[in-house]
Amino acid sequence: MEDLIVWSSRLLYTAFIIYLIATVLFAATIKDKRHEKTFSKIHILAISTTILGFFAQLGYFITRWIASGHAPVSNMFEFVTFFGMMLVLAFIILYFIYRIELLGLFALPIALLIIGYASMYPRDISPLVPSLKSHWLYIHVTTVALGEAILAVSFVAGIIYLIRQIDQSRTSLKTICLEIIMYSIFATIGFVIVTTAFSISDYSSTFEYNVEGQPSELEYHLPPIFGPSEGQLLTENRMDALLPTPEWMLGAEAPRKFNTLVWSLLAGIVLYIGMRLILRKRIAAAIQPFLRKANPELLDEVCYRAVAIGFPVFTLGGLIFAAIWAQEAWNRYWGWDPKEVWALITWFFYAIFLHLRLTVGWHGERSAWFAVVGFAIIMFNLIVVNLVLAGLHSYA
Amino acid sequence: MNEIKCESCGFLNSAGTSICNKCGMPLDKENDSKLLNMRYDGRAIRSKTKNTSIVDKIWNFFSSIKIGVTLIAIALIASAVGTILPQSMYIPTNVVAEEHYRDRYGLAGQIYYQLGFHELYSSWWYLILIALIGISIFIVSLDRGIPLYKALKNQNPKRHIHFLKRQKLFNQYDQYSQEDLDKLVTNIKKRRYKIFEKDGHILAEKGRFSRWGPYVNHAGLIIFLIGTLLRFVPFMYVDEFVWVREGETAIIPGTSQQYYVENQEFIFETYGNDEEDAKFSEILSQQNSAIPKHFETKAVIYEDVSEGVIGSEPELEEVASGEIIVNKPIQFGGFALYQDSYQLNEFQSMSFKLHETTDENEASIVEFTVDLTNPDSVYTFENGFRIELDQYYPDYILDDDGTPRSQTNYPRNPAFVFFVYPPGESDPEASFLAIGQNIDGTGENTYKLGLTNFDVRDVSGLNVTKDLTLPVIGLGAFIFMIGVIQGMYWQHRRIWIHPAQGKLFIASHTNKNWYGMTNEFEKIITNTKFSMLQDQEKVTKDN
Ligand code: HEM
Repeated sequence: MEDLIVWSSRLLYTAFIIYLIATVLFAATIKDKRHEKTFSKIHILAISTTILGFFAQLGYFITRWIASGHAPVSNMFEFVTFFGMMLVLAFIILYFIYRIELLGLFALPIALLIIGYASMYPRDISPLVPSLKSHWLYIHVTTVALGEAILAVSFVAGIIYLIRQIDQSRTSLKTICLEIIMYSIFATIGFVIVTTAFSISDYSSTFEYNVEGQPSELEYHLPPIFGPSEGQLLTENRMDALLPTPEWMLGAEAPRKFNTLVWSLLAGIVLYIGMRLILRKRIAAAIQPFLRKANPELLDEVCYRAVAIGFPVFTLGGLIFAAIWAQEAWNRYWGWDPKEVWALITWFFYAIFLHLRLTVGWHGERSAWFAVVGFAIIMFNLIVVNLVLAGLHSYA
Repeated sequence: MNEIKCESCGFLNSAGTSICNKCGMPLDKENDSKLLNMRYDGRAIRSKTKNTSIVDKIWNFFSSIKIGVTLIAIALIASAVGTILPQSMYIPTNVVAEEHYRDRYGLAGQIYYQLGFHELYSSWWYLILIALIGISIFIVSLDRGIPLYKALKNQNPKRHIHFLKRQKLFNQYDQYSQEDLDKLVTNIKKRRYKIFEKDGHILAEKGRFSRWGPYVNHAGLIIFLIGTLLRFVPFMYVDEFVWVREGETAIIPGTSQQYYVENQEFIFETYGNDEEDAKFSEILSQQNSAIPKHFETKAVIYEDVSEGVIGSEPELEEVASGEIIVNKPIQFGGFALYQDSYQLNEFQSMSFKLHETTDENEASIVEFTVDLTNPDSVYTFENGFRIELDQYYPDYILDDDGTPRSQTNYPRNPAFVFFVYPPGESDPEASFLAIGQNIDGTGENTYKLGLTNFDVRDVSGLNVTKDLTLPVIGLGAFIFMIGVIQGMYWQHRRIWIHPAQGKLFIASHTNKNWYGMTNEFEKIITNTKFSMLQDQEKVTKDN
């Protein structure tokens, strides 16, 4: 057993490295000056490497499944990693339909970032409470992840479209929005860097504070910029909190989560500003020249096609299988728990996307913005709802 | 109503038509140079042509896509608002909702409560919103589905030359032989197109059924919504809850006293006791309390078969028995019993003894046992003592103002007020007993009561349900899925071939996925002399 778990982590690590190599290979295809339709060795190498990485990650998934005795999609680490894996799969599928290398150059780093993000959560194998022991749970969670991943490819195509098409010669609302998206990517990188750095240095400090009148302890793994309000530092030789967390932030461990968020945002600012100073222009403006060869109509088509393919999968996994499982586990197919409601919101949102595109004719840029917002909703459901609006879902 | 006469073939088209229903001549002359709007193949749409009566106005309101999308957007935003604070069903059950929102979330919570957001998803306006979306879907489907159906059913393979020229994908070929054309048609057939021919004009079509996708999925949505409404029909839906103690038989609520359940044993296991749980040890050691691994009720279901008079003794006959496990309910007579919750170690009975207050050995004068679910109110003894149970609080707490009360009817924290009548006395001594408390009414009692023993047992919480709406809901969801897949994973592609004046005109249309259409046409022309169709949208843009 122990061995399997070690192997499983190694495979995940291997997959990570292979994706990294595949990203470099995809970058090389872009440099390739030949006609866009030729399918040369470097293309084959890039996509084969991606597929190899996918199989490595599949290996991680299977070994972990065997080791824990249940499908590894039951906590934040497992689910988010799986989502990253599905994103790679969705990219592979769309690559074989459209053969766009640029998609890989953007999708793989996002998958890497997602897997990196997931690794910051506790990686222990966790037991399941009885209501989670159901095949429908696995079926539901895996199809939701696949559906959301396909929808995320629409975001990838949308963001490439926007970076290529938006006029960067002057500052506008659009360029600002685009920079905000760039910044949020930096903030995620910041989160991974900060968390890794302090975890390597084994940082930890404990506070005592009151939760609804009960004294509790809270352990920090990042230096407390925001400590618990009226918290008492218990660990010696550690920095005391600079500021108290606002009192209206409730919920288990809210001060620590808030502190982590602030750290990520600050690290994001540092990275972003550093990058701007190096590039001396907006991030998107710096990327734009590399996208000249991309065909905007084709990107627009992919942006829509990914929604067309992903929407039914998402409906099936996120609503129908979810309902079947809920009926089985709690004897009601729908319970208005925040996670469920946000799945419904995602569904409404993409329904609006499809109607506006199909019947009112919103194409191109508008469609791309929609894809970006759709991805934001998916991420919101995955991260914010889990951490803040916690519901019945086990990885909450 | 004004009819439009086609200049080319003389056919009378109803007002609002943009492409002649007979010959395909475009009727929207003002847009001559633009691509043809192929929506609903140019048929007249009711909502676009009539707008006089009140019925028309309502019809047009609901069949507007902008209105439909707006309704969905409002539902989206409202749903999001409902997740900001927990819904009232997720707050603890022993608190007053209004106070809970105020105390926990302050002013924002108070406003949230006052506006009714704490029960948003069952509020009348949310339900109306969903109903409006349902009506909109219904009307829009009739409004557009019927014309589309008619248009696609009666397609004329021979279309006017202007119809072809104004398609997105179009080309004309000046020199071709019959052989070339035959080869092309063979290639088209190979790609599983259906060929319709009239006077040498050809229409090749595939995937028409995908056009019904949206209508099928909307029909599914409507069936689903009807299913959710059926819940309000009385016999369709039962959702009740019952606590059954170990060893007890209880009436199953919601079954008109027809069924009974006996809890033979309740089994509860936690993680960490088995060797196979070793892999979780890290997580388990971090938890403060045990994580439940498995719980089940060994149950027997009985049916009351006594014919008859209300109030007569029930005659029980076993109809089912077995374990009720989470995710594995027991079924009987259209009902299902689900394992829901449990109460471990509920008090079953408590035994007391009476002794003299000053007696250091506490020698017992009398002893008795109180059945906590069904206590006797008087206990008499041969030596003349009599004890009355004056007050009984099964689940005792002290109110804010200091009055004792019982939170629930379940003996989770029992407390008692006993009156002790020594032989021959008519004035009793009062004693108050609760867990960890033994208070003397006056402080001068001669006799004192003490707890000697107690029994506990587990209580199983079972959920009783019957939901005849499920088949309807499931059917709706199933039809919806068929519809979206049909509409999303297939496309309706058509190719028109129009010979005229020794030339060949070819145009093509797809309702979506132009990339796929272009690729397919490239495959169709391989090994033929025909060149690729031009994307006229691109051409005009590039100019
Ligand atoms: C949440 C509710 C709804 C969902 C999930 C939904 C879903 C869909 C889907 C998946 C399509 C097919 C798109 C395609 O084939 O590419 C579609 C088409 C359509 N929907 Fe809806 N819809 C909803 C509500 C509405 C409403 C309220 C209206 C009306 C105002 C409406 C009007 C239409 C129309 C006109 C079409 C196009 C039909 C055609 O092309 O022939 N839908 N809908």
